Order: sequence, then structure tokens, then C-alpha cells
Amino acid sequence: MTATDPSPNHLQLTRDGQLRHFLTLDGLGRELLTDILDTADSFIEVGERSIKKVPLLRGRTVVNLFFESSTRTRSTFELAAKRLSADVLNLDINTSATSKGESLSDTLLNLEAMASDMFVVRHSQSGAPHFIAESVTPGVAIINAGDGRHAHPTQAMLDMLTIRQHKGRFDGLKVAIVGDVLHSRVARSQIRALNELGAEEVRVIAPGTLLPRDVENLGCTVEYDMSKGMKDLDVVIMLRLQKERMEGALLPSEREFYRLYGLSQDKLALARPDCIVMHPGPINRGVEIESAVADGPQSVILNQVTNGIAIRMAVMSMAMGGQMAERQHKQIENEEIRA
Amino acid sequence: MNASQQHHSASLKVTGGTLFDGSSAPFPNPGLLIREGRVTVLGAAALSADADDVFDASRCVVSAGFIDLCCNLREPGNGQKGNIATETRAAAHGGFTTVCASPETSPVNDSGAVTHLIREGAASRGVVKVLPIGAITRGLEGDMLSDMAGLKSAGCVAVGNGSRGIRNARILRRCMAYAQTFGLTVMFSPENQSLAADGYAHDGQVATRLGLLGIPEVAETAAVMEMLLLAEETGVRLHLSQISCARSVEMLADARNRGIQVTADVAMHQLVFTEAALAGFDSRFHVRPPLRSEADRQALLEGVRSSVIDAIVSQHQPHDSAAKQAPLPATEPGLSSIESVLSLGLKLVAAQELSLPRLLAALTAGPAGVLGCSTVLSEGAPADLCIFDPDGHWTPSASTLMSVGLHAPMMGVELPGRVRLTLVNGQVAWSDTE
Repeated sequence: MTATDPSPNHLQLTRDGQLRHFLTLDGLGRELLTDILDTADSFIEVGERSIKKVPLLRGRTVVNLFFESSTRTRSTFELAAKRLSADVLNLDINTSATSKGESLSDTLLNLEAMASDMFVVRHSQSGAPHFIAESVTPGVAIINAGDGRHAHPTQAMLDMLTIRQHKGRFDGLKVAIVGDVLHSRVARSQIRALNELGAEEVRVIAPGTLLPRDVENLGCTVEYDMSKGMKDLDVVIMLRLQKERMEGALLPSEREFYRLYGLSQDKLALARPDCIVMHPGPINRGVEIESAVADGPQSVILNQVTNGIAIRMAVMSMAMGGQMAERQHKQIENEEIRA
Repeated sequence: MNASQQHHSASLKVTGGTLFDGSSAPFPNPGLLIREGRVTVLGAAALSADADDVFDASRCVVSAGFIDLCCNLREPGNGQKGNIATETRAAAHGGFTTVCASPETSPVNDSGAVTHLIREGAASRGVVKVLPIGAITRGLEGDMLSDMAGLKSAGCVAVGNGSRGIRNARILRRCMAYAQTFGLTVMFSPENQSLAADGYAHDGQVATRLGLLGIPEVAETAAVMEMLLLAEETGVRLHLSQISCARSVEMLADARNRGIQVTADVAMHQLVFTEAALAGFDSRFHVRPPLRSEADRQALLEGVRSSVIDAIVSQHQPHDSAAKQAPLPATEPGLSSIESVLSLGLKLVAAQELSLPRLLAALTAGPAGVLGCSTVLSEGAPADLCIFDPDGHWTPSASTLMSVGLHAPMMGVELPGRVRLTLVNGQVAWSDTE
């Protein structure tokens, strides 16, 4: 006996299968993911114009709700919303209402009352965007900008865009994700996206303390030895290692981690010669990655930043479209009930 | 207890249906006469006796009243989550006639004064019997022994740690040795706190996918093993509360075979749901111990079927809505479950996962055995019973639930099993005669 529908799609898709929230990649099919990538491609061209704006979100209000601080992700969301001509409000909630004892629900209801159309949410707790979409403000499109260890779907999609630009395909690709998978929302979303888009193999490379229980069930293989794991790779994705991981007895030292799991030129040489190197940033040079690799010819780390704006424009415009379609449906239904 | 001071002039005759007396297999009700709060006749002679009232129990099961070994009444101290009046009424609605009150109140029930407060509240405002469980350490902090002798003389039927783990094995050992001095049963929720750490979900595939912090099985099994060894050494009567893992069932069976005095219970929701219930971040199913895998659920069911697990409990934890209105990790654990226990059990019976006699035994004779009391519905015994229609239905909702907590496991879903009448010492604690 199960209690609830395990698929989040009743929440994030409209009845016609359009996106109306963007909470997780779980349950989204290859067609929709490809659609997001294609839409983002069309927005890259906008960024190359001298006037970098399109009117898709004109008159709409987007609120960046960051319960956990982030400069980079927030700026790319802000730029993306502005290029779509939306009005943007940035709120750092950890320094605002909730520290005065107001509950999350109350804060959000106040913001909804200000006629917001979209919340971009980053939160330290897994599932916070689901909670907001389901229980608090169902009429507002919610974009997940990272929740706890759960998901960071826009980051994963911009990584997919970067891979597609360099490899032209996903079929047959061997991709490794290296480092702190346990704490990484990015890794969970990337594994999901790579599986759905048809990558041949996703490998996670990490010591046992940095892997979640039964990680293979997410659709990946596990390799403890990085030298073996680098073999035949087309793409290697390095994850950021938080300094505090030494404290909980997860790792002995940064030095030992770097020696075993840091991406050096020697280790990169074990992969395919055209293997690209990615990192969601910010980089800890000398901890996850050698500077010469981060700045080297195989690194596509800076492309990732540019693509971030395009992916966020794509997701925001698609979710707003779905939300508008849903509102129209409801309006028609209400009129039918009245008639 | 609560009803004992009240007037018992009324007599009631129950006819028809199936009778489950709490000891033998169910049999057709030969006739049951209740007078002065007690069962006076059980047999055909009841049918010809005079009575003020007659209850036609055709199509119903007349059962010895259910006993819950783990219930949170939230009194004293947590009025926004429930109180003795609301939560004992919920218990009666669920067919329970006796509930053990968890020591996790505010203040914690670690002294005779708090025990008296609970018993007085139960006598004046409760509709079912309330048996307080004392805290085994002062404030449930796990550091200093509570006044166990005082708790016992004030009326505590056992001592326990509520839902809090004990960090220190040396203190655990002394708790057991001290409780054993007074012949007190210790009721422990087995959880190794350092292994459970900040977790709130089963450390398995759902937590991995959703990025939830896991509580590994070994947080429970390591604690079970430690408690079994210490119980063996100290000779205390140990009751393991709310086990959730397959391995715990195995260890329990082994310990019994070695002659250790140990009993155990499982929460009904552990028999029905698994970690999959968390898939949509449904904070209702944030419970502790967490809902585990399907293999664990199967092993727990087998444990109940084979009587290795003695009792099924509600682990009722009513909350105000704010406690559950937050992202899952920030919510408080627990279900408002006592009104749904019978219905969920009947779903297991319908799914052929549990037999009706075994279900009823795990709600009556099983927990009575743990408490060292009798529930048998026989001539001369107190008239604590419930009459339910297994084919009747009800739907948990804000208007049908008596508990303050509206986070029942199956809100808005029609469930089998409608409790028609609950009697405590012959007094009506719940009646739904439509």
C-alpha cells in the first residue's frame, strides 16, 4: 500500500504536460528536457545582441527568494528575469522576516499578496520548493534554485546544455561525477538528467563517506579509484568540496582528498583526449582541481556561466507560459460553472 | 478509573455478532449482559435477562477494549497539540479503552507530582483509562535517574525514554538495574543517537533520491542489541517500543529463545506504509522511527503474525497544524493515528497480510501481557469493550476526527471499520449508532 503519488508531476506540469513549476527533473521526460535545451539555445543569441531583452515576461513580477545566500546563482536568475523584461525583487530571507519569528508560510503569503507571478527559491531544506508550490502559494510559478541536498535542476540543465554544445549528443557518452555526491543537490539532478537524455554511463567517483546509501539506484555506477574511473571518459564533472566536511569525520584532510580525488593533469590524461572538464563552481583550486586543469584547454567552466543565464530564461519563460495556461483553464472552468 | 466514581445503575444487553474476548478465537456472541460497569453474564442467559438497553451487534465484532502502549495525550503542557479530553475521546473513537500516556509531556513525567496531575486530569476529563508511563531519566535528558520508586507508587505502570535515545550505555545499564529493583518494566524506543544524528528519514533509496538526511537501520539495531544484552545482564523486564527494522525482529526472536524477558511493539503505520510515502515530501509521514523499506514492513508483519511482536500501537502524536506546515525537514515527527489503527489493521486483513484474530490479539491480549494485566472479557470483569462494524466505512476529515491533530495517515480516504460503541467500565466513551 502506498500513500501518495510518488511522481511530482501532478505538481509541476499542467494537464497538457507543460511546465508550470520547475522543482525537480524527476518525472520529466526526454522530450521536455530537450525542449528546455532548445529554448535555451534560442536565448543564447539574445545575449549576443547589443540590446539583450525580449518582452516575454513584461509586466510580470519575479521574486528571488534566497533563504541561503548565493551570489552567482542569484545574479544569473536576476539577469535572466531582466532579459525577459520582468520586474525583479531580490529578497535575502535569512536576514529578513524569518529571523524575526515569522513562519515561512506567512512570509510567502505576504509576498503572494503583492501579486508576484514567480518565486525563484533557494532553501537549505530538501523539499522546500515543493512545500511552497503545494501548500502555500499554488498560483505562483516556483523555480527551484537549489534545495538542501535534493535538487538543483537549473544547474543540471545548464550543464547538459554545455555538454550538448561540445559533444553534440548524449547517446554513447561516458560521464563521471567526482567528489562529494552525498551533500550534492547538483549531482542528484545531473545523474537524473544524464540518464533521461541517454548517456551511456554515469559514474560517481568518491570515497564511501561521500556517497549516499544505495546511490546506484539513482542510475549510476560507483568507482572508488579515480585512476580507474577516468578511463574512456567523455565528460568529467568535479563537485565542490565544502571545508566543513573534515569536521564530521567524513574526510581526513584536504590534502589526502586532493591526492586521491583531485583532478590533476595526470589524471585527466587517463580520460579520452577530447574529454571536457566541468565544475558547477565556485572552484576550490588545489582541493578539487588543479589550476592548470581549471584554466586549461579542456575546461568549459566559463561556458557554464554563460549558459546559466540562457537556461534560466528558458525555464522561467516556459513555467510562466504553463502557469498562464493553467490560469486560463481555471477561468474557463469557473465561467462554465457560473453559466 | 475515570468512570469508576460515576453511577452505574444502567444495564446493557449486547446481542448478535462475533465476540472476541481477548483470549480465545472469535466465536458467535452468545449474549452479553453488562451491569454496574461489569460483565455480569456472558452466555445465553443474558438474552433472557432484563436490561435498560439492548445493542444489536449483528454484523459487528464485539471485542475486548483495545489497549495502546504508546499514546501522546499532550497534557500537561502542549495544549495546542491536544489534551486529555480531546485525545482520550479520539482513543475511544478508535476503539481503545486504555491508553498508556507517554512521559514526553511538558514538564516531563519524571516525578510523582506530574503523574498525579495526569491521573487527576484523566479522572475528571478523560473518557478512557489512562496509564501513565514514567520517564526513566530526569527530564528525559539521559543523565540522571528519575525517582522511579516514587513514580511507581504514584501510579506509573512502567518507565521509559519516550522517543528519545539514550546516549550513554553506562547510564542505560544503571537505569535498568534500578528499575529492576522495583520490578518496573522498562519501555525503550531503541535508537542510537549518535548514529541517528540529524536524520529524519529512512536511510534508503527514497532519502537518497530526495536528498533527505537518513537514519540508518543500524541506529536501531545497534541499540536493540545493546539493550538486549543489558537486559540479560540486569534481569530487568524490557519492552522494546516501536521497532522498525527486519533485523530487530530477528534479534528479538533470538533473545526470546535464549530466555531473556523481552517484549516488543510496532506502530500500525509501520505495518502499512514504507519509505515510499515520503516521495512527494509528504510531511505527515515524517515519523520516528522512520518508515522503512518494503522488506522491513514484511518482516514486521511476520513478527506480528508469529507473535514475536506482542502488540500493535498507535504511537499517536497529535500536533497543531503549524508543526506540519513547513518543508519536511523542519516539521515535527508523528501521525495523528489513534483513530485509524483499527481501519488500517482491517486493510491489512483485507489484503490477507494479517488475520483478524491476530490483529485483535495484538490490540488486546498482547499489550495486556506487556503490562501484566488481563483484558479478558469474562463474567465479573470490567466492561471495557468496543463494538465495531468491519464492513462499515468512515472517512477521516476535520469533522470526523476527534483528535486536535488533523494529520491522520489517510485523510479524505474512505476506510473500512467503523467503531459503533466503546464502553469503559460500562460507561459509553464513544457511540456512533447513526
